[in-house]
Amino acid sequence: MAGIPHDHYEPKSGFEKWLHKRLPIVGLAYDTIMIPTPKNLNWWWIWGIVLAFCLVLQIVTGVVLAMNYTPNVNLAFASVEHIMRDVNGGFMIRYMHMNGASLFFIAVYIHIFRGLFYGSYKAPREVTWIIGMLIYLAMMATAFMGYVLPWGQMSFWGATVITGLFGAIPGIGPHIQTWLLGGPSVDNATLNRFFSLHYLLPFIIAALVAVHIWAFHNTGNNNPTGIEVRRSSKAEAQKDTVPFWPYFVIKDLFALSLIITIFFAVVAFMPNYFGSPDNYVMADSLKTPPSIEPEWYFLPFYAILRAFTQDVWIVQLAHFVTFGIVDAKFFGVLAMFGAIAVMALAPWLDTSSVRSGRYRPSFKWWFRLLLVDFLLLMWCGSQFPTAIIGWVSLIASTYWFAYFLVILPLLGVLEKPMKMPATIEEDFNAHYGAGSAHPAE
Amino acid sequence: MIRKLSLAAATAVALFSAQGVVAAESTAEIADIPFSFDGPFGTFDEHQLQRGLQVYTEVCSACHGMDLVAIRTLGDEGGPHLPRDQVKAYAAAFPVNDTASNPQYVDPATGQARKLVPADHFPANNSMGAPDLSVMAKARKAFEGPYKLGINQLIHGIGGPEYIVALLNGFTGNTKDVAGNTVYENHVFPGGWIRMPPPLTDGQVTYADGSPNDVKHMSEDVAAFLMWAAEPKMMARKHAGFVGVFFLIILTTLLFLTNKRLWAGLKGKKTA
Repeated sequence: MAGIPHDHYEPKSGFEKWLHKRLPIVGLAYDTIMIPTPKNLNWWWIWGIVLAFCLVLQIVTGVVLAMNYTPNVNLAFASVEHIMRDVNGGFMIRYMHMNGASLFFIAVYIHIFRGLFYGSYKAPREVTWIIGMLIYLAMMATAFMGYVLPWGQMSFWGATVITGLFGAIPGIGPHIQTWLLGGPSVDNATLNRFFSLHYLLPFIIAALVAVHIWAFHNTGNNNPTGIEVRRSSKAEAQKDTVPFWPYFVIKDLFALSLIITIFFAVVAFMPNYFGSPDNYVMADSLKTPPSIEPEWYFLPFYAILRAFTQDVWIVQLAHFVTFGIVDAKFFGVLAMFGAIAVMALAPWLDTSSVRSGRYRPSFKWWFRLLLVDFLLLMWCGSQFPTAIIGWVSLIASTYWFAYFLVILPLLGVLEKPMKMPATIEEDFNAHYGAGSAHPAE
Repeated sequence: MIRKLSLAAATAVALFSAQGVVAAESTAEIADIPFSFDGPFGTFDEHQLQRGLQVYTEVCSACHGMDLVAIRTLGDEGGPHLPRDQVKAYAAAFPVNDTASNPQYVDPATGQARKLVPADHFPANNSMGAPDLSVMAKARKAFEGPYKLGINQLIHGIGGPEYIVALLNGFTGNTKDVAGNTVYENHVFPGGWIRMPPPLTDGQVTYADGSPNDVKHMSEDVAAFLMWAAEPKMMARKHAGFVGVFFLIILTTLLFLTNKRLWAGLKGKKTA
């Protein structure tokens, strides 16, 4: 690994030397697990391991579920109930998979907001950030298609509404929608391709995760101070870092174990809390549920989608200048994807030379407001769209865009950063006191 | 103001069905009922489930089916737990090899009943459009609030069985005719009018154990039974939960201590 100087793997036995010459796989594993990690990482840095756990959990439970599931519009609903009733342990596997999606998104949102606060997206970690955003998009696609598989009412109507978004693209939209659905409406062809893609995408996510980890192992982790590890010599680097094994492996495992305990309690005692009861009614194309509402993790972006109606002036302006090509529906779709795009562009929108929000006095407050804004949007997405909810959604959506497009660029110029520690070691000692020397010394 | 959602839904309805029905939300307040199976420690009361089965069999099954539930599971522990001979006797009431009423079992080549293993599930039934009840107790909700934040569901549960009890007790006695069908006023039902006539009357079902058989008690019994039908592995799930959480707490504690010990060397006395 480039970057922080540290000890590398030395093959000792004859076999190790033989293998290392041909395939340096042990060395790769050694360098990955022994990577020098800033010793001041706080508890917000544990969500990466939780996400890795979620991916493995979803793939393992998903593979077993796929052995017993039938992707056919007449049989899918009954096959899920067959899993719940007749497959050994099937009810636990299915509930873990179902709630695993929620844990996955809780973890990814905390992970993203941690990155936004501590400036983990800034140079030289832009590629890590962009790949992270791709993972997030792939997760959303996977979760959406997975939700269609039980073939309940919300599966069917959610699929109808979400694929309808692609239909809003001017000109080619309806063709794209038909191509996605495999027909004029959500039907057996849709269910089959969604099942196929729901099985495929997690492996693409796994590949992206490998690249994500590779990228930040190359630059080194960010840390709560946002100050880089000193890397002029190995001795100096060792004052700022500890090897990942055993320090962060054990710390992360402790945090993971605590989170799995809570997760297991939710699965066992309230497995349907995050779900919609409507999805226990088999899909019926003739009956629209009273409110079509996505799973909780899509709600903030769903609220942004709904916020831009035809009586918003910017929508009318877009309609006017594009000679009517951009209508309210398409504008909403653009806003929804734009909300994620501006987040992905954060590395280039943030002009501040200070990485960590800890040393940025005004940024802190704008960031906290962004968190509140996100939760407010989530709530708006779950509400019946009345006039007041429309206004609140519009204001909250505006703040979301303003944060990335106006506040981040301006703050870098206007804000006077606070005094920062010179090194990670100084920060660590200020928190915990100087301990014994580096364990490797 | 027409917002995206209603737009999308309306478009969808227009696209997929000329006669799409958008149901309204239920307006009535639904009361929490302290069921035996509430909460992490809650268990099914097998006597109540047996009474509920009786109500289902004598009343509900006239119109409603339950074709996702296997009759054999009536003997399961953590369910009604009927003795084997009673399960057999119950299943005998559905003669699946009766080729006259089950033409799907007739081999068209030979005219004889096929030697297939017959389905062992409760029969499907949707007389008058009555919905299947297999997972009904999970398909309905109560206590969404406040402001749809779901906090009440955290305390009282999702509220499916409570909804069923409220519906069965929610008839006002008013009726009207809609397109030649009689509908019955019931504020628990979304829209306020339901096709189902009030199904229960006091004393309608006679319980062998002499339990009270007024509408309120019968509806609670059948709601509990339907909760079991929807979630037959609930007790096994909670059991797994306690075992899992117990071992995970031990593991978490050990990892906490390991982590503390591991980092102690790096952390000195706090100076700031």
